[in-house]
Amino acid sequence: MLEKFRDRELSLAVAEKIKRCMPERKVKFCHVCGTHEWTITHYGLRSLLPKNLEVIAGPGCPVCIVPSSEIDAAIELALEGVVITTFGDVINVPGSELSLRQARSMGGDVREVYSVRDAVEMAKKEPDKEFVFFAIGFETTAPSTAIEVLRSEAKNLRFLISHRLIPPAMELLLGLGELEIDGFIAPGHVSSIIGLKPYKIFPEAYRMPTVIAGFEPLDVLFSIYMLLRQVRNGEAKLENEYTRSVTWDGNVKAQKLISRVFDVVSGRWRGLGVIPKSTLSLKKEYEHLDARKFYKIKIGKSRDIYPGCCCHLIMVGKLKPTDCPLFMEDCTPQTPKGPCMVSIEGTCGIWARHGVRLYR
Amino acid sequence: MFVMCLAVPAEVKEVRGHIARVDFGGGLIGEVDVTLVEAKVGDYVLVHAGYAIQVLDKEEALETLKLWKELLEAEQEL
Ligand code: SF4
Repeated sequence: MLEKFRDRELSLAVAEKIKRCMPERKVKFCHVCGTHEWTITHYGLRSLLPKNLEVIAGPGCPVCIVPSSEIDAAIELALEGVVITTFGDVINVPGSELSLRQARSMGGDVREVYSVRDAVEMAKKEPDKEFVFFAIGFETTAPSTAIEVLRSEAKNLRFLISHRLIPPAMELLLGLGELEIDGFIAPGHVSSIIGLKPYKIFPEAYRMPTVIAGFEPLDVLFSIYMLLRQVRNGEAKLENEYTRSVTWDGNVKAQKLISRVFDVVSGRWRGLGVIPKSTLSLKKEYEHLDARKFYKIKIGKSRDIYPGCCCHLIMVGKLKPTDCPLFMEDCTPQTPKGPCMVSIEGTCGIWARHGVRLYR
Repeated sequence: MFVMCLAVPAEVKEVRGHIARVDFGGGLIGEVDVTLVEAKVGDYVLVHAGYAIQVLDKEEALETLKLWKELLEAEQEL
């Protein structure tokens, strides 16, 4: 069935619809998901869109927004002899000085895992070592961390929680005002967990058209068309393109697990500053599993932005990678200068790996 | 390649407690944790980082495809 969601002919037909629905003025839509950026770039969807329709990438790369202070904390633990387990790309992201990969070459035991479950199994197999799972990711990943916190099968495994929530970051973008976004393409997988409900405020309080979209090229094109129809009709509604996975209530079981294990607190996003009620933190009753408390981690001064890198502006859609003078000059996937290039979900990284040089 | 916010569909082949054996297609069989969903054999689940996060609605998938077709056929709609 999947091929049907990638059908070239249908894609061209939707692109044609989009052209006919397009007003004369400039229109700008914003997505907030690394996977959406990947689909858009990989399938060359921007080339199908009218010149005055722009689709920009917001802060949707879960690896890019982890503040360096938290990476620094993981590095410190690794260098003290704690085994750090975390998801792939994170180990390449520079903290204030070093990356976890560099910490590994200095003797730290840093391991990539595909799932929090792998961390649990490793910790069980090596009971005389101390393990920490560095838990990053949005609402899609938080439920699995919650499950393993509750199961607590390995007594030598603690959690460095760095989970962030998407809707507050979308609100931050609207607060920036000058971005002049005409609509949101909301992320389908995060929404599979949280449902449609939390997005209600965007049309209601901000009059911002919002469409939840899946990840196949046709999903994205159709969601753009749905947004454009709203723009043309002067409406602001919440619509769901990804009905095969997203419901109004979302995955209630997963939400219950999240709220049972975590409190929602304010937290720093790399390059974006502190966003209110955007970060998960372990509840008091799970304090014994909280690496921050157990190791008395102090978050000190840190450096989020490297000289010359404009990741922080790319993450809010103010600049495109090709606007950065370092893009593909000093900064490449082999010699990344910022988190947006390191991660395969970062906008710079996606564009670089697809050979995008000049945009339009 | 591991992408954080990506989830991939897989067909449930067998369920044992909270673990299911799933088929990702192309001969790729794996085990995933199904604690977060009510998955039966034959269901398609969305798998993210080793955990099924949602059961995909086959009817809705077909409905979406139908809707797209209709939308495109309705020429005068614009
Ligand atoms: S191209 Fe490199 S230096 Fe420029 S914004 Fe992207 S990550 Fe930063």
